[in-house]
Formats: sequence, C-alpha cells, structure tokens
Amino acid sequence: MAATTSITPEILAKYEPVIGLEVHVQLLTETKAFCGCSSKYGAEPNTHICPNCLGLPGSLPVLNYRAVEFAVLASMAIHCEVRERSIFARKNYFYPDLPKGYQISQYDKPLGEHGWIDIPTPAGSKRIGITRLHMEEDAGKSIHDGFPDSATRTYVDLNRCGTPLIEIVSEPDMRTPDEAYEYLTRLKEILLYTGVSDCNMEEGSLRCDANVSVRPRGQEEFGTKAEVKNVNSFRFVRAALEYEIERQVEVIETGGRVVQESRTWNSQEGRTYSMRSKEQAHDYRYFPEPDLPPLIVSAEWKAEIAKSMPELPEARRARMIAEYDLTEQDAQTLTATREFADTFEASAKKAKSAKRLTNLYLSELTGRLKAAGLELAQSPVTMDGLVVASDLAEKGDLSSRQLKQIFDIAFEKNEDFPVVYEREKPQQISDPAELESMIDQIIAGNPKQVEQYRAGKKTVAAFFVGQVMRLSKGQANPALLNELVTKKLDA
Amino acid sequence: MAEAAKVTAEDVRRVAELANLELDAGEEVRMLRDLNAILGHVAQLNELDTSSVEAMAQVTEILALPALPALETLRPDVIRPSLDRDIVLGGAPEAGSGFFKVPKVLER
Amino acid sequence: MKPESVLTEKPPSIDCIRRQVADGTKTAQAFAEETYARIGAVDSRIHAYLALSRERALQQAKKMDAMAKSGQTLPPLAGVPVGIKDVLNMQGAPATAGSKILAGYHPPYDATAVQRLEAAGAILLGKLNCDEFAMGSSNENSAYGPVRNPHALDRVPGGSSGGSAAAVAAGMAVGTLGTDTGGSIRQPASFCGVVGVLPTYGRVSRFGLIAFASSLDRIGPFANTVLDCATMLGVIAGHDDMDATSSALPVPDYAAEMAKPVEGLRIGVPTEYFADGLDPEVRAAIEGGIEKLRGEGCTIHPISLPHTRYAIPTYYVLATAEASANLARFDGVRYGYRAEDANTLSAMYRRSRDGGFGAEVKRRILLGTYALSAGYYDAYYRKAQQVRRLLTQDFLNAFEQVDAIVTPTAPTPAFKLGEKTDDPVAMYLADIYTVTASLAGICGISVPCGHSSEGLPIGMQILGKHFNEGTVFRVAQGVEQQGVMPVS
Repeated sequence: MAATTSITPEILAKYEPVIGLEVHVQLLTETKAFCGCSSKYGAEPNTHICPNCLGLPGSLPVLNYRAVEFAVLASMAIHCEVRERSIFARKNYFYPDLPKGYQISQYDKPLGEHGWIDIPTPAGSKRIGITRLHMEEDAGKSIHDGFPDSATRTYVDLNRCGTPLIEIVSEPDMRTPDEAYEYLTRLKEILLYTGVSDCNMEEGSLRCDANVSVRPRGQEEFGTKAEVKNVNSFRFVRAALEYEIERQVEVIETGGRVVQESRTWNSQEGRTYSMRSKEQAHDYRYFPEPDLPPLIVSAEWKAEIAKSMPELPEARRARMIAEYDLTEQDAQTLTATREFADTFEASAKKAKSAKRLTNLYLSELTGRLKAAGLELAQSPVTMDGLVVASDLAEKGDLSSRQLKQIFDIAFEKNEDFPVVYEREKPQQISDPAELESMIDQIIAGNPKQVEQYRAGKKTVAAFFVGQVMRLSKGQANPALLNELVTKKLDA
Repeated sequence: MAEAAKVTAEDVRRVAELANLELDAGEEVRMLRDLNAILGHVAQLNELDTSSVEAMAQVTEILALPALPALETLRPDVIRPSLDRDIVLGGAPEAGSGFFKVPKVLER
Repeated sequence: MKPESVLTEKPPSIDCIRRQVADGTKTAQAFAEETYARIGAVDSRIHAYLALSRERALQQAKKMDAMAKSGQTLPPLAGVPVGIKDVLNMQGAPATAGSKILAGYHPPYDATAVQRLEAAGAILLGKLNCDEFAMGSSNENSAYGPVRNPHALDRVPGGSSGGSAAAVAAGMAVGTLGTDTGGSIRQPASFCGVVGVLPTYGRVSRFGLIAFASSLDRIGPFANTVLDCATMLGVIAGHDDMDATSSALPVPDYAAEMAKPVEGLRIGVPTEYFADGLDPEVRAAIEGGIEKLRGEGCTIHPISLPHTRYAIPTYYVLATAEASANLARFDGVRYGYRAEDANTLSAMYRRSRDGGFGAEVKRRILLGTYALSAGYYDAYYRKAQQVRRLLTQDFLNAFEQVDAIVTPTAPTPAFKLGEKTDDPVAMYLADIYTVTASLAGICGISVPCGHSSEGLPIGMQILGKHFNEGTVFRVAQGVEQQGVMPVS
C-alpha cells in the first residue's frame, strides 16, 4: 500500500501540487504497428527490420489490425469514448533512432478521449480523468556507452522502431505523489487484465513521464509545470515527484520562477536535473499523415471488441468478495494477476466450500511459498491438491493440525497434498467410544468450565473440543468430536 | 490584395535549423528572396473566404468514395520476413557490431 | 540553323512486339539488344538513362523467348523494352532520384509497379534521368545533368519525368514509367510529343516510389500511343496491400473502353485555361484537336473552373509541406551520402543534407517547413487544404455536366535549356494547367495534337473524373494523330 509522503506538512499547507501523467505502453502484437516485422523483445540488433521501419525511400506504412483492437480495448477499459474516425499525424523531428525523420502518431482526433479510472486514497475513492489515448509507433534505441568508441560514437538499433504504442495522458487531477503511485498501479493492473501489454517497466514496455507544478492553496490558476522523464519504476515516480514539488516550492519561496522545462530523474542522487539544451524548443510541425486513410472503428467492430473485454479488476474483486465471502484484503491478494484470479476461481468452483479454500490458500500456502521463494506455478501443492485438502477439511475428516502436518510433509518432500494424504493417512480417531472416554477425562478435569456451560455459556464447548483435540494429538475426528462434546455436556 | 507575411533572414535561419540544412551566406540571401517571392503568390489564397470550408485532411475525401471497411486498409498481425541485416548494414555509411553508427549524440 | 533532333520513325507498338515474340518472328532478346544499341548510339546526346540493367533485362528476354518457344500464352507486355524513372525502386539497379544524396544507393526491393511490369513480361532496360526528387518542370534539376528534348537538342524535355518522355520519343524504350505530382508526366509528354497518363490518385500503388508529396504522387506510363499507355496502365493498376492509399476498385478493361466510339460524349472546355499567357500556336493546336472531336460527334461545352488561379499557390504549399517531411529521412544515418568532416551529430545532419540536396530541393524543403511551422500552419497549410477542397469541388461540379475536360497541357512548347533556371517562380507558374488535376486527384492524359511552327510538339490534356480513365483514353484516341512523327 502507499507509503507516507516525505513532503513537510508546512509546505503542503501552503502549496498544492498538481500532477498529470503520460504513460506509454507497448502493445503485445506479434508484429509492428506499420509493417510485418516481429515486435518481439530481445532479438539481435537490427534483425527485425524492413524498408518501412528502416525508413528506406519508397516505403509506406500499413496499420496493424490487432494493434487497433488492443488500443480500442485499452480505451474502453479506461472508460474512454472511442472515436469512430481518428486520424494519424506526422510528428517531425530529427534523431538517429527515428529513421523517417518523423514519428507516426495521432494529434487532432485521437482514438480515445474523456476517460477515467478510480484510485483508492486515504479519503476514499478518487476519480482521475484521462484526457486521451492515442496510437503511435515507437522509435529505435540509441546506445551511448558500452562500446570501445562510445566516446565519439552512438550505436543505433532499430529493432524496436515501429513497435505499436498507446499513449495515455491523464488530466492533471492528481494532488499528491501517492495518488500518482496509485494511478500508475491501478492503470497497470487494468492494462494487464486486458492483455494488451505486459506493462514491464524494466523492459520498457511501460514508460512514464510526469508533469508537475505547484500553486498556492486556494489559487485556481495552475503554476508552471516541469516534465520529469527517465523514471523507470513507480517508486521512483513518487520519489521524483516529491523531490520536484519541494524543489519548485523552494524556487518560489526564494523569489524565483519555475521554468517550463524537461528534467531527468537521477535515482542514485535522488534528484532531478534540467535537460535544457541550447537548441530551440521542439516545433513538431504536426500535419495529418497522408499515407494512412482515417482509421474507422465502426460501432459493429467496437461491439465485437467489447465482447472480448475480460472482467476488469475492480468489478472482479467486488464480485468475488460477494460470491466467496472474502475480505477486501483477501480479494486484492487473489486478484493480483488475472491468471491467478482465473486459476483460483476455477478451483473455487470445484471445491465444496470456496471460503474454506480461500482460507486454506491464505493460511497454508502463501506463507510457505514465500518462505521457500516459490511461485504458485512451482508449488508442490497444486490448486487441485488444495481443493482436495479443502474438501477433506470441510467434511471434517481432517483437523487443522493434521492438515498442517500434511502440508509440512508435502513441502518438505515436494509432493502434492493428495499423494501425501494417501500415504500418511493420518490416524483419525472416529471411534465414539474412544472419543467419549477422552471427553470424560477432560470433563472430569475441568469442573469450572462445566459449570459455565451448564450456566448457559454454550461457547465453552469449544474449550472442551480443543482440549480433547490436544489430548488426541490432533487425531480426533473434528465433526464427531463436536457432536459428542455437545451431547456429553448437555447430558 | 492581401499583404504577404514577410519572411526575414531570422525566419530563414530558424527554418533551416528545423530542416537541418546548413545554408551559406549566399544561399541564405537567395532563399530569402525566393521564399518571399513564392509566399507573395501564396498570399492570394487570402482572397478566398474559406471560413465555412472544412480542411481536406485526407486524400480519400477528395475521391468522393465511401469509406472502405477496415480490412481493406489494415494489415493482419502476421510476421513477414525481415531484411538481411548484412545487406542493410552493408549499404550504411558507418556500421559495426550489428549496429548503425553516428557521431556521438550529446543530448538526451 | 535548325537544332539537331534525335527521333525515331515508326516505333513498334506493344501489341506488335508481343505478337512477333509469340510467333517467333523476332525474339525478345533481339528487341532488347536493338534498344540497347539505340541507347548506345544516341543517348550521349539526350542523357535519358542514368543506369542500365542489362543482366536483368536479358534474363527476362530469355524467359519470354523460352515461353514463346514452348507455346505458352505470353503475358501482355512480353518482350516490350521499358525504362523506369529513377525515383522508382528496382532491385539490382541504383535509385538516385536524380540526387547526389542517394549516389550509390541500391534498394533491396522492387516497387510494386515495377514488379507488375516485369510479371507482365516487360524487359526492364534501366533507370531514367529526372529532376531531383521529382521536383522540377524541365529535368534541369537533376544532379546528374539535364536531359535534352529529342525534337530539338537545345530544348528541355520537360520535367520532372524528362528522361522517361525523351526515351520514348527517341526510340530508346517502347514504354516507360514516370511519375506525376504537379504535371511531371503530362508536361514532358507534351514537350516530347508522346502520350503520358496521369492515373487517378490511388489507382497505382506507390509502394517503392521515392516519395515527393504523398497525397499528390502518381505513377503512370509513357508510350507512343494511347492504346499502349492503356495496356501498361492495365498491368500496373490495382489494389496493393503494401499501400494503404491504393484503391480497391476493380481495374476495367481499358482496351474495351477505348473501343467505344466517342460520339455523344460531352467535352468541357474551361474558360480559365484559355486566357492570356497561352502561346497562340498552342491555342491553335488545342482548338484543332477540339474541332477533330466535334467532327467525331462530341458536343463541346464551355465550362468554368472558377478557383483555377489559386491552384499554384495551393499546390506549392501542400506539395512542399509533405516533401519537407518525406525528405527528412535523408539524414546520412542509414544509407546515402554522409558528409565526411562532421564530428557531431548535428553537423553530420546539416552537412550531409546541405551537401547532398540541390538548390531547388532545398528551396522546397524550406518553404514546406515554413508552411508547417508553429504560427504558420493555419495561414498556409490549413488554408491550402481548404482551397484544395474548393478546387476539387470545381471539377466534381463540372463532371456533372461533361464527361471529359480538354485543355492545353502547357502554356508553351518546350523552352530552351537555361531559359527559366534563374526564376523559380516563373517555372512554378508554368504548371498552371496541370496542378489543378493533381490537387483534385482526378485522372488525365497528354496526347500529341500538333506542332509549333518550329516543329516542337504540342500536347492536349484530357481530364476525366476519378477512376474514369476509360473515358479519357477514349477521347484521347479520338484526338491522337496516328502514324509517322515528323522528322527534322
């Protein structure tokens, strides 16, 4: 969950930060946005290139159908209005990893607009607006160090050039670095659930630039904003914003004016640096891309894409809480990824009691997996095995102590639950006579509790159950034990 | 007759920088003269009242045809063979270790 | 003294070649060798070719001859010697676009139009000289030297497809491909006395065409007759997956369309195209052509295309704006010319581009960049887009009343080399009859319809509605002067 901000209360009392985020997300298509080259990450440099993504003379872009589907799906998942007719545009600038000397993007008339997502805040749920979502192509990679001649040479790899991206621009609705962190977390979760991207910041399939300004509390007009780039984790986004807010406040307090500029985040030093160069500000000279006809997303196509929309995280959690009687916390754990949520629910349907399955998962499996450093996929006890365990416990054939023992063995010997169970077949005392004799023992030794029971405190029965269970070293049949204890005490 | 916006030497320099052209003094003078001459003619466009005319963004509009269904102008997400890297890098002004090479980029 | 000319008598038609190759009268190899011999004999005076592709040509010729020998049906262009404008990619041959910045560049793929010609049996002879990046109206902007008009060697052949037009006129190819953005097929066709076709925008795939202005560029054929042009267009036209702006409309049988008589067709004559500035001999030749059509049963109607005078400024804003972006890829990074002495990236960019581009190209890049730059977009680019709509509407309105429109192709016959090079604006203004159709996306043709008193060819432009090339061919054939071209 969110950590508390380190900005002083004095600053926050006087100034209000205003934050907007621009997120670039690579789409998980097989091929690039405008050509048939593979868009897979990690290939040998310059092996996924063709006349189009190389910017050879005479090449022409042709838009990837699946990229459009993904972009529309993402737009809908963040509640954007999907434009029926959107236009591509050329964004013109020179850079070695931009072969055409322009990037095909969208300017006027982007694919999606006027969306939102809800984020949790200490004060409750908050809605963050999304101004637009548009499609564009990625640039290649420029490598400035690591080669013998890197002092005088930059190396260029164009594999990434042309990979389809969506750019999601939020409204400047966030007011604290924590809100920015939450926004990114929620946005990533939604996008992961739609399957349009793997949102991996390390590999660069999700990138974030932050725009931040401050204004005196109560002022309506926004302050001058700075853009922070080169932040490669959500944690660092929060830290960079905290730094920027303090820096901007200091500038203002010492009589200066905040400059509108791009700044880069240095995670080692924990600060931002100005990227201002002597060159003029970019004049991108946007104009509609003549090589691409307008993108038409008809109502029919949109409806078809909408059908493939999976249940999104918020809605899924709400349903699972209701259906399986879970806590909010439990629901968060179980819906951490869509894959796991799917796996879990498939098992829950097979089990006799979804609630017991959940409890068992949370109490017996998660802790052990974490301790052993294993993912669920590597767990000795599979979900099916867990279902078996859960059903046994539900039937009352196994006590919780016995369950734990079997789990211990399963993890120790790297075997699934049913295998261990079959072998160990823990001795369960189901002979009423044997149980009754133990119950008599406990009753004899605890007259006070008997009195309490007889006086009307029925919950005391649990004490007797527990004591007999201990006496039997956890082998007493729990269901039968409960029945007999009650019978004996009532007698 | 509408007044043409006069292009200045400063404009020519700014635009040359945007277009990455290095003009010598003589070229700059000639370009300034030519641009002003051309833009003098372009100023004629201001005689037309186009306030209610929609800008024609895409050529398909002028062809007065109904919009094509998506599949006609979009590509399936299927891999096509890429070019042979050796051939491509072989034609490059400077290349090495599988990369294109350029003089060091200082910014960014 | 009369200037020298290099023309060809009774050039063979496409159909004639195909028949001879098919029935063994003459091999494709013989046709190819003959053409190369002709090139060897006369091209030093014309300078139409920048590179020859003998190996590919002869391999193809052998293939056609083998097919003929085995009795297979030959494709429509079997054995036909064809030249390709150097802005079109042809694997195995250089593609310079008439520019130093692409000196030594060899494209790793064929343009679709080139591929389709070869698949139809054509023999690809080599790459043809043109104005640099197709920017020019005289072929004097080529970095590799000008092309001369075969009718008079002290005259320009027109541009930018000067090499393509001259090659046909001088018998150095039976058909060629050129490109037309503001008139670059039609005007050289007129100056060189050959037929040149402007297909509707989107009729022919632009994949593999080194782009000048993406919303205006068209690839089209040159040949000696309208029928030959129609045959070539039928081969290269049609939808291409690699060009998202190519049309999916079916390609009609142009020969069948042409076979229909012109009787009853309504011909529009726009008053704006017959005003001052039109050379009287050109006017006379066009009027002669119109009379011929009237004699064949067409009705002639005066029409108005009221926004005509705004076409040149509109064209020069839009074409240069698109060109400024299309030419940004020539940066010395991945291919082409890179300046030697540059130690920083920005110096490399500037010196490579400044050193590699000629003056006309630089002028247009600057103009286009200016028109798109911050603060000027609305006044120039957006304004031009609006006027483009008005110009297009002029044509759509006219085509409600008439089936085809007839105009001069150029205000004068071919001018002398060096005559207009000092005044770029004068050069631009001469495009007045051709840029209108370019902006509107409609189709057209230039067909020879007479000569000046000095023996220089004069062409008539016939324009048709979008995708109505059939009607244009029909009318053009009605005007076409069959038979021998005058020899000086």
